[in-house]
Amino acid sequence: MSQNESAISVQGLKKSYKNIPVLTGVDFQVKTGSIFALLGSNGSGKTTIVKILTTLVKQDSGNVTVNGFEVSLKPANVRQSISLTGQFAAVDEILTGRENIIMIARLRHLSNPYLIADDLLKRLGLTDAADRRVSTYSGGMRRRLDIAMSLVGKPQIIFLDEPTTGLDPEGRIEVWKIVKELTGSGTTVFLTTQYLDEAEQLADRIAILNEGRIIVNGSFAELKKLFPPSKVEYIEKQPTLEEIFLAVVGKKEEK
Amino acid sequence: MESTKNYSFTDMGVMLGRSMRHILRSIDTIITVTIMPIAFMLLFVYVFGGAIETGTDKYVNYMLPGILLIAIATGISYTAYRLFIDMQRGILERFLSMPIARTTLLWGHVLTSLVSNAISVVVIILVAFIMGFRSPAGVLSWLAVAGILALFTLSLTWIAVIAGLAAKSVDGAGAFSYPIILLPFISSAFVPTESMPGLVRAFAENQPVTPIVGTIRALLSNQPVGNEIWIALSWCIGIMLVAYIFAMRAFNNRV
Repeated sequence: MSQNESAISVQGLKKSYKNIPVLTGVDFQVKTGSIFALLGSNGSGKTTIVKILTTLVKQDSGNVTVNGFEVSLKPANVRQSISLTGQFAAVDEILTGRENIIMIARLRHLSNPYLIADDLLKRLGLTDAADRRVSTYSGGMRRRLDIAMSLVGKPQIIFLDEPTTGLDPEGRIEVWKIVKELTGSGTTVFLTTQYLDEAEQLADRIAILNEGRIIVNGSFAELKKLFPPSKVEYIEKQPTLEEIFLAVVGKKEEK
Repeated sequence: MESTKNYSFTDMGVMLGRSMRHILRSIDTIITVTIMPIAFMLLFVYVFGGAIETGTDKYVNYMLPGILLIAIATGISYTAYRLFIDMQRGILERFLSMPIARTTLLWGHVLTSLVSNAISVVVIILVAFIMGFRSPAGVLSWLAVAGILALFTLSLTWIAVIAGLAAKSVDGAGAFSYPIILLPFISSAFVPTESMPGLVRAFAENQPVTPIVGTIRALLSNQPVGNEIWIALSWCIGIMLVAYIFAMRAFNNRV
């Protein structure tokens, strides 16, 4: 894969915190315009990788480039190319939703922050709540605002660190919808998750991080091939609790 | 590619606007900051004041400078608090992963501290005026007073930045201000140092509050300021530089 095709390229990435190794040689590439999911359990080092890729933490060794820029050498260029939606909704609670987006648009030095805010609020279904303080928002609304703030200025690469953790099933599906829409416009999405179904639903490629290394990397179809061929068994399909929940609550949310 | 430097002032303006909104939307912080100094002022003027010999005709004129310093020492703890909340909620990470000059993140809070403390100071001076405070000082003297108070605010605010960055909990973020609030009591702010026993008097006469209070008092009563103003300025600038260096070091370690 050439440099131009990969939005993110990581080779031999190592990082320790106080002699405790977190990443022990991570390699992967993310193709421009694709959705890449990094899967791993809690404490596997997913967030550390996100922090290194988004210039918040420096790697100990290894070659890490984002949008063609080495993160430790050209952090300013990397920051021009990306946006980060961290694990905790990074929104300002005291400001309104609209003010949050306008603030980010101003910090990105865009020419018409008000128009951008109108557009994004509409896109993420927050128009009605636009002028309410964020402290009154539900978890799902906060997350949507958080993502809206990351979309300001159309960054080429968007990092979503566990975007659906703590959300209810409806909130998760909303976020999934937004993420799927993103790639249509050529944006690269790097997301971490601990939910297997989330990676399956969204990602073009899935990498599994375990004990500081990527142990598997491929498309869902490729990953499936790693397992022995499935046996055919006939079982009655029971609805999952999630399906029941969504069926019961779904109608109410339509209003 | 645009350099991030060109935008330092715009970015700082955005950050200042953000935290000013925080202050205006939580007017209770201004009340919290001013209520204790005003209570002290009432207590000292109407309860203890009659028994205190200061050699001036109006006790409120004598003790107002000390009350203003107490108000500022109370006010700066909110800088530590707001900075701590920024870090905890993850919004600082969002800002840090954006192409904005990193120091604007601190300067935004510091400028906000200047503005909000100025509001508190004005409120307290108005209350003092109702209580009979009068000053023959001209515009230049008032400007000098404002300048010294601004320097004092800046030096304490940078201490607050260190506290905010180092804090492990919300309570811890504000705790550092208590000793600073007590400093005026062991100074010439409320009683002349001549009445104090040896060791206490030595401390009172050689700590920063005494020359600062003395200078402001002289300026407000149209008396010559003498050498005291230089000692006061040296303290303010000295504390500010040392605190600034440590705050920047703490900031760079933390992010």
